[in-house]
Amino acid sequence: MTTVTSTRPAAQRADRRRALARRRGYSVFRFVAIVAVCVIFAFPIIWLFLAAFKHGVDIYSADKTFIFEPTLDNFGSVFGEQNFLPFFVNSFIVGVVSTLLSLLIGLPAAYAMSRFRMGRYAAVVLLARVVPSISLIVPWYFIFVKLGFTGGYAPLILSHMFLSVPLIIWILISFFDGLPEDLEESAQVDGLTPIGAFLRISLPLSVPGIATAGILALIFSWNTFLFSLILSGSATKTLPVAIFNFIGYASIDWGGLMAASAAITVPIIVIAIIFQRYVVSGLTAGATKG
Amino acid sequence: MSTQTFPISRREALSRWANRHRKWILSGPALVFIVLLLAIPVVYTAYLSLTDAESSLRADFDIVGFENYVEVLTDTERFWPAVLRTVVFTVGVVAVEMVAGIAIAVLLRREFRGQSIVRTIIITPLVATPVAIAMLWRLIFEPTIGFANQLLAFFGLPPAGWLSDPAAALPTLMFIDIWQWTPMVVLIVLAGLTTVPEEPEEAALVDGTNSFQRFWYVTLPLLRPTILAALMLRSIEAFKTFDILYATKGAGGGSAHEAETINIYAYGTNFVDNRYGLASAALIIFFVMVLILVVIQLRLRGRNK
Repeated sequence: MTTVTSTRPAAQRADRRRALARRRGYSVFRFVAIVAVCVIFAFPIIWLFLAAFKHGVDIYSADKTFIFEPTLDNFGSVFGEQNFLPFFVNSFIVGVVSTLLSLLIGLPAAYAMSRFRMGRYAAVVLLARVVPSISLIVPWYFIFVKLGFTGGYAPLILSHMFLSVPLIIWILISFFDGLPEDLEESAQVDGLTPIGAFLRISLPLSVPGIATAGILALIFSWNTFLFSLILSGSATKTLPVAIFNFIGYASIDWGGLMAASAAITVPIIVIAIIFQRYVVSGLTAGATKG
Repeated sequence: MSTQTFPISRREALSRWANRHRKWILSGPALVFIVLLLAIPVVYTAYLSLTDAESSLRADFDIVGFENYVEVLTDTERFWPAVLRTVVFTVGVVAVEMVAGIAIAVLLRREFRGQSIVRTIIITPLVATPVAIAMLWRLIFEPTIGFANQLLAFFGLPPAGWLSDPAAALPTLMFIDIWQWTPMVVLIVLAGLTTVPEEPEEAALVDGTNSFQRFWYVTLPLLRPTILAALMLRSIEAFKTFDILYATKGAGGGSAHEAETINIYAYGTNFVDNRYGLASAALIIFFVMVLILVVIQLRLRGRNK
């Protein structure tokens, strides 16, 4: 690296100065690189929000990229003409109900799999996360139609649960693995049954884990497209499916499309900002433990 | 416990029974749910793949043996190109996402002012609705009004067709996927970096290595399990990509099927052409491919332990 042969003070000082300059050079590089990363990942989203507030003609104009007269017309067409409110309600109902039901069956399962080291069963759960959605939706659709079980909320909620249950189990297994068993054991010594110890001791302690899993499941359900595309009826359409209303055979209502995209994304971004820590730990759960 | 002799109430007995079998009482509902929704469809798909089911869902169909498999596997016009595109897409995006993701994670590793804002920015592409993201890129890459061509014009370059150009559609889609999922690798590697002990790096620093050497010979080997986990997660997810492809190019993947991956091919065969038997055969083949991918990666991971 640097010359260490010289021991004279003058040379040492020169060395130190060079090292300092290099460090400063790196700081500048690092700053520029971080700004670049921010621009690359933030710009498209900012662009989306800008376009959502633009008049139709301004979207078509190159010199109105950043400076333009904002308008709420596009949101008017989203919530007025296209009447998006029911789709928001549908997405909300499907998301909340599927997440709560998934927690109800996923939480105890994750606990049992962690405490009884049910590795092979956890692998089955993992398999459910690995299978391509398309290879499930084709037979589900076939079976649901034959059973006359389409159009309502039930098939949508079931299909979204199929995504949330494995996600929740996966996140919570690693959470319970990190929760010491001593507390439950001493509670059992004090007279609680094992299930009682789970309900009264471990459950309250796992609130952060439950929050992580629940928030992630809610986001996943909100974003799920393929299952909803096939299984939702005209009255139960969720947002990612309804957004295609802005794409006609002949033309695309870009303003409305951008406003709808922005409106769908805003709740998720707000959740991600408020619960950043949970979202990050949920997204990376299982990946760092190997 | 069973040595107790005094009579017990029914409630007590139930509680004792529940506690004795708690392993299955707690995990049973979820396991039954998953197996029901996983195994029945797979078996049913395997059955359908041997039939000539098509057009109306309620129409009768007959067993035709392996005809569908023969048709799929000899289809060099749509199926095999779709397989090739899926592989190109997966390998391409995962390679770029891994390298860029690790680089950005290392960049963001040490604390700095505004770190949490940068993190929020990084998470946004991950959590934003993929269909909405696809729509936004559709506008950016729109040839006449999109920002991408404005940018090219700014640098004096000729406009490109992007998503509407059959030759450029797949690379453009790969770019979108890379934009959306590189942050996933960043988050995983950042989480992995917090578990890496600092002593080896400090020792290397004392030994007079430069920062690249420290990263390459010290940090990277320590991160191996994390990197393999990210690799596995991303390749499986990339292999299954559907939303952005469908939202930008529709069923069929464009006029020349230029963005048709196995996913889109199976969707089109089933829900557009209504050839359920044929689609099922393609799905079984796809399913086997994913399983092979998983087994290979588990082996890789196993060898590293």
